[in-house]
Amino acid sequence: MAEGVSSATSTEEMNGSGNLMDFLDEPFPDVGTYEDFHTIDWLREKSRDTDRHRKITSKSKESIWELIKSLLDAWSGWLVMLLIGLLSGTLAGVIDLAVDWMTDLKEGVCLSVFWYSHEQCCWTSNETTFADRDKCPQWQKWAELMTGHTEGAGVYMLNYFLYVVWALFFSFLAVSLVRVFAPYACGSGIPEIKTILSGFIIRGYLGKWTLLIKTVTLVLAVSSGLSLGKEGPLVHVACCCGNLFCSLFSKYSKNEGKRREVLSAAAAAGVSVAFGAPIGGVLFSLEEVSYYFPLKTLWRSFFAALVAAFTLRSINPFGNNRLVLFYVEYHTPWYMAELVPFILLGVFGGLWGTLFIRCNIAWCRRRKTTLLGKYPVLEVIVVTGVTAILAFPNPYTRRSTSELISELFNDCGALESSQLCDYVNNSNMTRPVDDIPDRPAGPGVYSALWQLTLALVFKIVITIFTFGMKIPSGLFIPSMAVGAIAGRIVGIAVEQMAYHHHDWIIFKSWCRPGADCVTPGLYAMVGAAACLGGVTRMTVSLVVIMFELTGGLEYIVPLMAAAVTSKWVADAFGKEGIYEAHIQLNGYPYLDQDEFTHRTLATDVMRPRRNEPPLSLLTQDSTTVEDVETLIKETDYNGFPVVVSRESERLIGFVQRRDLILAIKTARQKQDGVVSNSVVYFTEDAPQIPLSNPQPLKLRRILNLSPFTVTDHTPMETVVDIFRKLGLRQCLVTRSGRLLGIITKKDVLRHMAQMMNQDPGSIMFN
Amino acid sequence: MRGQLSEAKNSEDIRCKCICPPYKETKGQIYNQNVSLKDCNCLHVVEPMPVDGKDVEAYCLRCECKYEERSSGTIKVTIIIYLSILGLLLLYMVYLTLLEPILKRRLFGHSQLIQSDDDVGDQQPFANAHDVLSRSRSRSNMLNKVEHAQQRWRRQVQEQRKSVFDRHVVLS
Repeated sequence: MAEGVSSATSTEEMNGSGNLMDFLDEPFPDVGTYEDFHTIDWLREKSRDTDRHRKITSKSKESIWELIKSLLDAWSGWLVMLLIGLLSGTLAGVIDLAVDWMTDLKEGVCLSVFWYSHEQCCWTSNETTFADRDKCPQWQKWAELMTGHTEGAGVYMLNYFLYVVWALFFSFLAVSLVRVFAPYACGSGIPEIKTILSGFIIRGYLGKWTLLIKTVTLVLAVSSGLSLGKEGPLVHVACCCGNLFCSLFSKYSKNEGKRREVLSAAAAAGVSVAFGAPIGGVLFSLEEVSYYFPLKTLWRSFFAALVAAFTLRSINPFGNNRLVLFYVEYHTPWYMAELVPFILLGVFGGLWGTLFIRCNIAWCRRRKTTLLGKYPVLEVIVVTGVTAILAFPNPYTRRSTSELISELFNDCGALESSQLCDYVNNSNMTRPVDDIPDRPAGPGVYSALWQLTLALVFKIVITIFTFGMKIPSGLFIPSMAVGAIAGRIVGIAVEQMAYHHHDWIIFKSWCRPGADCVTPGLYAMVGAAACLGGVTRMTVSLVVIMFELTGGLEYIVPLMAAAVTSKWVADAFGKEGIYEAHIQLNGYPYLDQDEFTHRTLATDVMRPRRNEPPLSLLTQDSTTVEDVETLIKETDYNGFPVVVSRESERLIGFVQRRDLILAIKTARQKQDGVVSNSVVYFTEDAPQIPLSNPQPLKLRRILNLSPFTVTDHTPMETVVDIFRKLGLRQCLVTRSGRLLGIITKKDVLRHMAQMMNQDPGSIMFN
Repeated sequence: MRGQLSEAKNSEDIRCKCICPPYKETKGQIYNQNVSLKDCNCLHVVEPMPVDGKDVEAYCLRCECKYEERSSGTIKVTIIIYLSILGLLLLYMVYLTLLEPILKRRLFGHSQLIQSDDDVGDQQPFANAHDVLSRSRSRSNMLNKVEHAQQRWRRQVQEQRKSVFDRHVVLS
């Protein structure tokens, strides 16, 4: 196919030269660009890039300067990656630092240095005590600052009230900024990026304002304490960086196909900084978001992810030389019998994924169709208010979700002050305490379990209503929190069971008295992976991200078991992950990788149908400019096939509507003698016309001489495959060389929706 | 940046924090000192040592010492830059949503007047009319360009707002 395209274009180039009358040697401005909400033609983009590349290579032999230019061109890809990595790493650092500060601002302020968060404020303080680890005089809660007291019901109520007020204030700022400056900055962005990478155009979605507003409002949204995370939006931010730097190089800015290669790599950089997992980021881009991912992009994504992670590391936002807050490091072993609870956690993850997707989609559909969607600001305010009011009394929901996950992941060392680590200490214990044997749970653990259960229910419910609001909102962190809470509860249960029933057969071989046999933190991690897998249906990239978070290779098997189980369970209830579900809800033209198994033929899908008016055609040398203009005015098709003549209907090529409009407009302005009666011709030589007629207009330059064709009896299975693999926008249907009809991507999507008993009218875009 | 850090280590930017659990009669304690990485252990940081000579080893075995670095300068700069960007955006937002409609309404009444004034001014013969005109044109061109870009951006945002908030075609 590629050869066909290039040979066609090279003949095209030869045609153009040597004709003095042919102003079309100069390419039209804007020809080859696409309109908003349209699908790109991957084949055309690829062949254009091949052409460009060939031109540069042949020129580079002419002079040193051209040679340098060609080298620069070859290196520009890597340069773009470097810039993306630097900028997205920096932005991630800024977001982390600002979120850290603003989250704590809800509770109090650092008196000596107002830009320090609670942790930073007490960083050098010597007044912290073993019992009260994070209390220091510099950090004051709001009520303490106002009333001077630290205890009492009034103080609690004042703190409560101010917490809610700050949360409402932050989320109100976020939603109004989004509304006024960049409406595209709302949401997680991954469904849209998936669609864009598959070849859809949403102008402004990756623009500068979106970048600025998304970065600024993301901080506000996360600090407001809503049940959302920054990871998904960071992917969007990184892709905006990618788009920004694409505009510096004509190689990428003028070719939508090449631009998407850069964006794939940018998505990898985004995940890399979100989780501190460069390899996980590359795999995420490959598994989850990218559509066209050649090896070259793989290497470049790897480089971008590396640079981004390195940049973030040198900013060191958490002061622990790690890229994420909830990095954990432990190397306690696990036992085969523990696979049973891990798989149960996988089942839980799958069920949670299904529940979340169903409920969230139902809610988002409500928002899309009913009155609810008319009040986006009010919705955000109400949800924030409810979240803040319910979150404050429970210490596990009051703090930021990342901190919660961090605490749940961490193992109980001897020095942990957390309530979760309140085990009964054996007084006659003689062994060194850093090796924790199993112990009975103390009252703190039991109260923590209650609070965690309440937090679990709260998170499950509130996340369903939060995701999809008109503020930047990611889903990774809340899903992980749900899984981590469930996992920790299961972990403590198993641990206590093992302690109280040492004599049971399963524990006998594995838990000797006094030995450390169950690590609840590991259960939390496995639960987090399972829930994240249930919602997003990632497998490989998820396991790699989790293992990069922990830095321990020995937990790969538990993580894999949980991820695969959760995928199986979730897939049993519904094939699509949350991102695909949102793509479908919005009706974006996205062809997913599922197999098409129905036995229909191209002729059943093509337009025109049996009782429809015939196809709108152009003929190669008998249409006038006026005819073309009427055709453009009366139809809204995105392109027109060109045939030899209306009688024979033999196919010559295909011309895009946008190119046609631009070409005629330019010709009418710049070329003398082109009037409404001029004949438009697509052949090499001008048609024989009487001299009295006005000058003809040659449009061969914009004609695609190698449109993709199939015969009318091609099975749809093959057609879908061609659309998916080659990224076609439309495909012409012929029978023995005669043009019968056309199949567009939209037709294919509608047909697939129909075959799956869904509403084909939901596919909205071309 | 990292080179700077390692050379002129701000005393505020490094710490070695030792957490020592209760041991016999001694209470749990947190020690915090500015020492370099190689000195970050219980023996250097825990001062004064709460236990007797023979118990020091046992006590120190239980302590957990962590060396941490931060960059207070980065935090300061980041938070201040973030707040100023947020402030500017808020001001601009207030201007766009509240002030501009009022100003426009007020200007709208006078716009006819201004228009006619301009016409008169243009028609008046100047001695060095060419010079003045070209200068004013270049300035107004510049202003026009900015104005034009702003108008275009606002149209785009309007369009986005319509598709996201009113018609709910994307991002819902």
